[in-house]
Amino acid sequence: MQDSQANTGSVATIDHESYNPALRHHFADPQQQKNAASLGMWLFIVTEIMFFGGMFCAYLIYRLAHFNAFAAGSQQLNIWMGAINTAVLIVSSVTVVLAVKAAEMGKRKALTGYLVVTVLLGATFLVVKGFEYAEKFEKHHVPGPTFNFTDKFDDNGKQIPVNPKEAELFFSLYFAMTGMHALHMIIGCGLFSTLAVLAWKGHYTTNYFTPIENAGLYWHLVDIIWIYLFPLLYLISRHS
Amino acid sequence: MASTTIPANQAFAPSSVPKLNYLNNGHTVRSWLLTTDHKRIALLYLISVTSFFFLGGFFAMLVRLELLTPQGDLMQADTYNKAFTMHGMIMVFFFLIPVVPAILGNFLVPLMIGAKDLAFPRINLLSWYLYVIAGTLFLHCMLSGGVDTGWTFYTPYSTVGSNTNVIEAGLAVFIVGFSSIFTGLNFIVTIHRMRAPGLTWSRLPLFIWANYATSLIMILGTPVVAITIVLVAVERLFHLGIFDPALGGDPLLFQHLFWFYSHPAVYIMVLPSMGVISELIACFARKRIFGYKQVALSSIAIAVIGFLVWAHHMFVAGISLYAAMIFSFLTFFVGVPSAVKVFNWTATLYKGSITYATPMLYAFGFIGLFTIGGLTGLFLATLGIDVHVTDTYFVVAHFHYVMVGSVLMGYLGGLHFWWPKITGRMYPDGWAKLSALLVFAGFNLTFFPQFILGYVGMPRRYWQYPPEFQVLNVLSTAGASILAVGYLLPMIYLMWSLRYGPIADANPWGAAGLEWQTASPPPTFNFEETPVVTWEAYNYEEIPAPKELEAPVAG
Repeated sequence: MQDSQANTGSVATIDHESYNPALRHHFADPQQQKNAASLGMWLFIVTEIMFFGGMFCAYLIYRLAHFNAFAAGSQQLNIWMGAINTAVLIVSSVTVVLAVKAAEMGKRKALTGYLVVTVLLGATFLVVKGFEYAEKFEKHHVPGPTFNFTDKFDDNGKQIPVNPKEAELFFSLYFAMTGMHALHMIIGCGLFSTLAVLAWKGHYTTNYFTPIENAGLYWHLVDIIWIYLFPLLYLISRHS
Repeated sequence: MASTTIPANQAFAPSSVPKLNYLNNGHTVRSWLLTTDHKRIALLYLISVTSFFFLGGFFAMLVRLELLTPQGDLMQADTYNKAFTMHGMIMVFFFLIPVVPAILGNFLVPLMIGAKDLAFPRINLLSWYLYVIAGTLFLHCMLSGGVDTGWTFYTPYSTVGSNTNVIEAGLAVFIVGFSSIFTGLNFIVTIHRMRAPGLTWSRLPLFIWANYATSLIMILGTPVVAITIVLVAVERLFHLGIFDPALGGDPLLFQHLFWFYSHPAVYIMVLPSMGVISELIACFARKRIFGYKQVALSSIAIAVIGFLVWAHHMFVAGISLYAAMIFSFLTFFVGVPSAVKVFNWTATLYKGSITYATPMLYAFGFIGLFTIGGLTGLFLATLGIDVHVTDTYFVVAHFHYVMVGSVLMGYLGGLHFWWPKITGRMYPDGWAKLSALLVFAGFNLTFFPQFILGYVGMPRRYWQYPPEFQVLNVLSTAGASILAVGYLLPMIYLMWSLRYGPIADANPWGAAGLEWQTASPPPTFNFEETPVVTWEAYNYEEIPAPKELEAPVAG
């Protein structure tokens, strides 16, 4: 976090070469504005990490407390859908990076294109997630009065019966965590759709594309949360 | 050190309010409700937070009136539960947490660092709207029956026991939490990125350091309580078992997550007030704060260590003895930076030329109340004593001293100190001094008896009590009445001063700090031109004191 003293030193005067209509009045220069916006975004990401951290903490503690049930519940998740979604999100992160690059180079059409592709990939993720949730309903793995879990924990040939209440807890956390993540995906898709429209209209220039960068940071954050969710929920108990 | 190092008090000697300032720059409702000027947003907060303060105070009076007699004669047990819950929730989430940062911080942070505004003015306005939305939701929740869980939302009562509107109250707390997250985020970015040229970290006013530390807690802690309350709401809605032991969950996890935020929240409340006190003491002792660097870093230390003490709320809840010992130690440890502040303030007073202006009276009040509150905190950090007084009035008295007494002293002291800057008018001094004394006396009369009550065993949250506790309870209620007068008085005379108060010049106290170098009230963009800072904070040796504040020379 370097200081911005050097940047604030000069009194803001309108220099027509670097005149920037996006510069807000209370900043001395575009660089200061950009630094402020990106620091703000990073701090927001910190709050998001703390927000999800509460649920990861709950997951960790209950996994330790009810290991068998959590392992058995985990084995019931659809690993293929999870893997496909992981791949989709990783590709979408690449398109976000390409979008930022295109914005940097001032390529309006490429920028819009990458933003649209990102939204489509995000939507793909949500559709797959929807099918996955539907499967949970069919298998009666949704917590609530209809919840039914008869599986046993399979520890290398040993069949250990599982307390359905504890399995329900696993699925409660599964829905809370993936649901909160999906909500962030929906917000991200809305955000990127807006950016795509603005980008198409030529709102962003090589001098001003901070919103693209910051929205990109948000998208990467949501990806990374999934990168943690996938192994913790789907993979961790499939060692055998 | 040329003449530029001396803040130009003499440059401004207006006999009337400056023609163009932030207050008269636009008169329409729209110009207020859609403003992005941090000073106007501060005033919006001032109005809304004050309203909630008096609402919370109303419930406090209901509680105190019920406890006037040993029988439950004013209200039923259920109503009493709701009354103290409403009191707690309003005061904690809608008053104590936003009061100093959102009002004084919003107004002063950009002024003190020589910026034109906060880094994100629109997010600042958004945070006020979130506050208002949350407040409206909460009022609706209150009018549609209220909540009876206590402000702590303890599970499983809040998820399966209570039949009141817990979800709506939770939603209100969730939203107001985001209001404070955005304030904190805005402050951190502003302090990092918007400081005037030459204003290095070691030249920052201590109010800025305190708000920086507060903001760290806001952005790190608040999201955790937000997700915790979401989980409570989801659990209530869909009958999940995350915190319900009957379904495999663990209520202790709720307490851990809740206090992970809600203990540091105490420092969200008190740290900004501590920042105010540093400003007041330096100004009215006309000295540089003793140990500037230590006071500044102690704010950060409080923020950091404050995150590691939460389980001291759970010593009797069934945590392991070893965990309890560690948390007990850390709780003692967080007392160290707090004590550093108190000792450095008193050391600043030593050989200072002290003026007993109203803000200084509040500062003295703060030191008194905070010392009592802090020391009794050490009682509670001691495992054995904590077991004895858990859930008694001893705890109630302790946290009121720290959270309420200290915070309000800092807030009111700061409000009086910066009132001429905010409004361009002076407050009536006699009334102000009277109210400062009333608040101090009333506060001690209200809460000191509660230490004794708690120590001899009166539990909190009951609407009845054995008759032998009545004398102390009557004293406490009497004190609360004095306190109410002490809080109502400023409300009246400050409003009076808006019209009839003497006009203040730019720097009526001869105070250091950039905010005093611009007009009172400041113009919309704060400074005519960006100031360049070449001096340390609190360079009172170089600033002439105003005539009326000059200490008489001993004969």
